[in-house]
Amino acid sequence: MAEVELRNVTRAFGEDVALDQVSMTVPDGAFVVLLGPTGAGKTTTLRMVSGLDLPDQGEVFIGGRPMVGLTPAQRNVAMVFQQYSLYPHMTVRENLAFPLKSPLLRTPPDIVNAKVMEVAETLQIAHKLDNKATALSGGEMQRVSIGRALVRNPEVFLMDEPLSSLDAKLRAELRIELKSIQADSGATLLYVTHDQIEAMTMATHVGVLDDGKLIQFGPPREIYENPVSIYAASRLGQPKINVLPADLFGHAPDRAVNIGLRPEQIRQGEGADSMVTRVEHLGDQTRLHLSFSNHDLVTVTDAHTTLKSGDIVKIRPENPFFFDASGARIH
Amino acid sequence: MSSFSVTEPSARQKYFAGTLVSLYAIITLLPLLWIIATGFKSPSDAIAYPPEVFFEPTLEGYVNLFTTQTRVTAEAAAELGEPQTWYEQIVRDNDMIIVGPSRYGERFFNSVIIGFGSTFLCIVLGTAAAYAFSRFRVPLKDDLMFFILSTRMMPPIAVAIPIFLMFRQLGLNDTHAGMILLYTAVNLSLSVWLIHGFIDEIPIEYEEAALIDGYTRFQAFYKIVLPQAATGIASTAIFCLIFAWNEYAFAVLLTSGTAQTAPPFIPTIIGVGGQDWPAVAAGATIFLVPVMVFTILLRKHLLRGITFGAVRK
Repeated sequence: MAEVELRNVTRAFGEDVALDQVSMTVPDGAFVVLLGPTGAGKTTTLRMVSGLDLPDQGEVFIGGRPMVGLTPAQRNVAMVFQQYSLYPHMTVRENLAFPLKSPLLRTPPDIVNAKVMEVAETLQIAHKLDNKATALSGGEMQRVSIGRALVRNPEVFLMDEPLSSLDAKLRAELRIELKSIQADSGATLLYVTHDQIEAMTMATHVGVLDDGKLIQFGPPREIYENPVSIYAASRLGQPKINVLPADLFGHAPDRAVNIGLRPEQIRQGEGADSMVTRVEHLGDQTRLHLSFSNHDLVTVTDAHTTLKSGDIVKIRPENPFFFDASGARIH
Repeated sequence: MSSFSVTEPSARQKYFAGTLVSLYAIITLLPLLWIIATGFKSPSDAIAYPPEVFFEPTLEGYVNLFTTQTRVTAEAAAELGEPQTWYEQIVRDNDMIIVGPSRYGERFFNSVIIGFGSTFLCIVLGTAAAYAFSRFRVPLKDDLMFFILSTRMMPPIAVAIPIFLMFRQLGLNDTHAGMILLYTAVNLSLSVWLIHGFIDEIPIEYEEAALIDGYTRFQAFYKIVLPQAATGIASTAIFCLIFAWNEYAFAVLLTSGTAQTAPPFIPTIIGVGGQDWPAVAAGATIFLVPVMVFTILLRKHLLRGITFGAVRK
């Protein structure tokens, strides 16, 4: 278990800058979720920490030690890949035992067996141990590859969208499983996803990446309630934050170009008229699609609302966010 | 009755396809059967016309293949007393006696050393080169790959004379090392290209996972890449072996004694007095065996290898 620090890490692939001066300190025992769309640099960040890829500039520290010149094996990290993570020519048991048998650990066979059994039981794959890795379902495969990270006692766990290929039910189960494993073991975990539910439910810290830059880093609540930019604000929250012209509701601060409104920042029943264009009943909540002076916005209302499309609802912003021309937040 | 399937051919289609395949198999196997049968015929049966399908089998051809004989007069033969073994008896029936073993054994052994030696080198060098081309940033990668392929664009025998002169200068004429080097050089482009294709198919994530699991690059290659490329390597090995084993032109040109392989030797068995077809056929039959055994041993891999790329994705 260790603190992970990236200091001004830059990495370019040809013209394409994957990471641009990224600095971040992941506290010991933190569960950090890196959020951002494809190409934002999430996976590259993991690869920098793992040593599979090296920074052009900047440094990586694990537990205070500089990682310059250390191979992935020497860094003592475990990584779960998005796919292709199981060795297809081995059984599940061999896959799980593989990291333990490495020349780095040279675990005695009886301890290997005990560890493998323990992890297999945690992940409910004990009955599949002697199957060929290719004879598993997608969910089982991913559990085995998570298991392969768990059998070791690494300084840091790195997970690259480990749940993205699973169905919704399994994803929900494993989300809870992963979180409790991390909480129990106190491991430092870097987790890449573009699923905001995973970010909100598991993270102690969220790092928002945009085009190779780390835009904001902090607890998920803080990023949700106090985003630094439109981009950061759009990463979290469902339905997504509404971004509208700043003066739409009247007075706006100087320099403000846009106003950002999350559903809870839209007070219903007061203010100006808007028209309901569509009502989506999702069961636990109901989404209202509104049209307000020719601008569309989405908010949430009472699950049992009787509103229907064509109705008029009064709305008023409440503690909204304002953003300047560059998209940065104005306080 | 099994359930109806769109992709399953009908009984008639299967029957037709089966007939076609059987017919083709018979046509291609017939010369082979002929050679095998001829090996067990007597010289007169071997040249009989129309060809004898049913004949009295004899091992005369095989005995002639493995022995050197000389003709003796009846008196001289009588002085030697009764033949001691069944093969001496066969020879004695033709008024000959055995004076020693023939060269066939040595030549066959040369073929084994040179064929398997060059195949081994081809696979080792080919796998190493293919891995490097597939995984490392090699400058001018595409040009180099094309250059490697281009060494195969003309028939190898086109460079026979320069190679002959080079070999003479280097003292490689008629040596095992020379022939192994030559066949390796000819086959290497094939093995690099084939194995490159197979290794490209193996996602790099496996190796990265192994690196993180605590293994070195070489261990990752050895434990992860190699087992997965086994199919491709096996089929490549078969192709290399078949070429080196059957190669005739270079062997005629560059070997005459010590390192002569079986292909240039077999025609010389035909003899001076009378044409000993059964011995030639026996030599050819035995010559077929190693490649056949090798192919059968690796056939599971070969089948998967031939369809590579089509199945995995």
